[in-house]
Amino acid sequence: MTATAERTTTATPTTGGWRAVTAHLLMQYRRIWLGSVISSFLTPLLYLAGMGFGLGMLVDRSAGGIDGVPYLAFIAPGVLAATALQVGAGESTFPVMAAMKWVPIYFGMLASPLRVRDVVRGHHAFVLLRVATSSVVFLAVAAALGTVRSWWGLLAAPMAMLGGMAFATCTYAYAARLDNDRGLTMLLRFVVTPMSLFAGTFFPIEQLPGWLQPVAWATPLWHAVDACRALMLGTATPGAVLGHVAYLGLWLVIGSVASERVLRRRLVT
Amino acid sequence: MPPSPPTTPLIRATGLVKTFGDFVAVDGIDVAVEPGESFGFLGPNGAGKSSTMRMIGCVSPPSAGTLTVLGMDPRTDGPRIRAQLGVVPQRDSLDEELTVEENIWVYGRYFGLPRHLVRERARDLLEFAQLTDRATSIVEPLSGGMKRRLTIARALVNTPRILLLDEPTTGLDPQARHVLWDRLFRLKREGVTLVLTTHYMDEAEQLCDRLVVMDRGTIVAEGSPRDLIARYSTREVLELRFDSDDHADHVADVAGIAERCEVLPDRLLLYVANGEDAHGEVHRRGLEPLSALVRRSTLEDVFLHLTGRTLVD
Repeated sequence: MTATAERTTTATPTTGGWRAVTAHLLMQYRRIWLGSVISSFLTPLLYLAGMGFGLGMLVDRSAGGIDGVPYLAFIAPGVLAATALQVGAGESTFPVMAAMKWVPIYFGMLASPLRVRDVVRGHHAFVLLRVATSSVVFLAVAAALGTVRSWWGLLAAPMAMLGGMAFATCTYAYAARLDNDRGLTMLLRFVVTPMSLFAGTFFPIEQLPGWLQPVAWATPLWHAVDACRALMLGTATPGAVLGHVAYLGLWLVIGSVASERVLRRRLVT
Repeated sequence: MPPSPPTTPLIRATGLVKTFGDFVAVDGIDVAVEPGESFGFLGPNGAGKSSTMRMIGCVSPPSAGTLTVLGMDPRTDGPRIRAQLGVVPQRDSLDEELTVEENIWVYGRYFGLPRHLVRERARDLLEFAQLTDRATSIVEPLSGGMKRRLTIARALVNTPRILLLDEPTTGLDPQARHVLWDRLFRLKREGVTLVLTTHYMDEAEQLCDRLVVMDRGTIVAEGSPRDLIARYSTREVLELRFDSDDHADHVADVAGIAERCEVLPDRLLLYVANGEDAHGEVHRRGLEPLSALVRRSTLEDVFLHLTGRTLVD
């Protein structure tokens, strides 16, 4: 009795919380899911096929793979982590600017009981869903191709998700500061693409010129790639994996805190 | 006529200030909005109306002064206040990629309303907004008037105690404006407290029980539209247009005819009790204006009298 009475009194002023934001973004996503699935899932598969089988045949024949690992098995964890990163970056750049400028749904949200924190968390949760589905499906396909050589490899999916979110929260904060989309194009062209190619994805970073190696080492992607690779190949050591998790966790925390602060400064004036 | 003074105001601002850097957008205003009334902020662009509305809507923290909305402090109780507000912003914030009904569904969820309740209310609200046959259309190609009505329908999904409307009909054609006014009038009759800003004097006269005239961040007058006209203007206005580059040249010719005379770039405004009599006197003096028009005083004249400027440039 008291419980129902309490519920009716507190039910009037209420809020949907961050879930309402995620629900909204999912409803938007329903309209474009097909094209999105093609670009976020089929593209990495094409990479895997083209590079793994095509280029891989040359690598395996002339060098016996990389460190004794067939080229396909070497790059599968790299493409997994790079895909998670790209999907995360994609969903936390242009859609953020859209929600502030082109289809200004954030203003409608903030006119309701939702807080800036709900908006940021709800959007991040949506990005996580996108990154998670891409990672899980990709890992399943990679496993079917025989590139997962250890049960620890199952952890490569959450590892890729962590890497994707560590970077996505930071791109979110960056996008929320910008006045136009030029900065986003720059980010994708000059940061995301080079990182996807050179952060240990397709070849070990030891192949890079000496001065570039610390740069690659500092990128979140290299840590995600290295951890995913160790897990999928069954060569993981707890210390190394936990080190990667800690480093990516740091990016995640900084990105999350920054996202909220930047968006508040932008929208609550 | 508003009823006898009710108990506590829904909105009360005292010495409310909003600054952006060095710019003072709202410069110490005092306002009280009573339950069930329809209250307006009238003023030109840049008068501080929207800044005031955003503070009341708890999306813009006041720089100084006190503000209570529904008895709570926007600084600390923003989400709880906003749960009971309906907001129609100056610029539509609809999701144009979704359908009309989907817009209401997602908005209802912001308020934590259960799905079945939102769907039920969406049907009623779309009927109210005369959008039932558009329920499953994508929003983007709809007309400005339809989008505006959808924004209002959406703002009512939580059955708010106060509906805030910032320039509700700016940019709409006359017919769409009348449809919208009709809807707002219905809400007013149902007892919803309306708070709106406008720079259209006809809108303020149509919708507001009481209003404040704002100029450069301050309130220059307050009252019902009829009070304000009675206090700051005459019953009628005679507008004279001469074949002349500078209408100030003709002020001496009409001296003594009117209580007050305003010079606009393209005409003279003579404030008089009886326009026809004044027109007769103009004629007797042998003046030959290109055109002469007698009309009733409006809030536009009140604003011109108070600030020396027109509302819409």
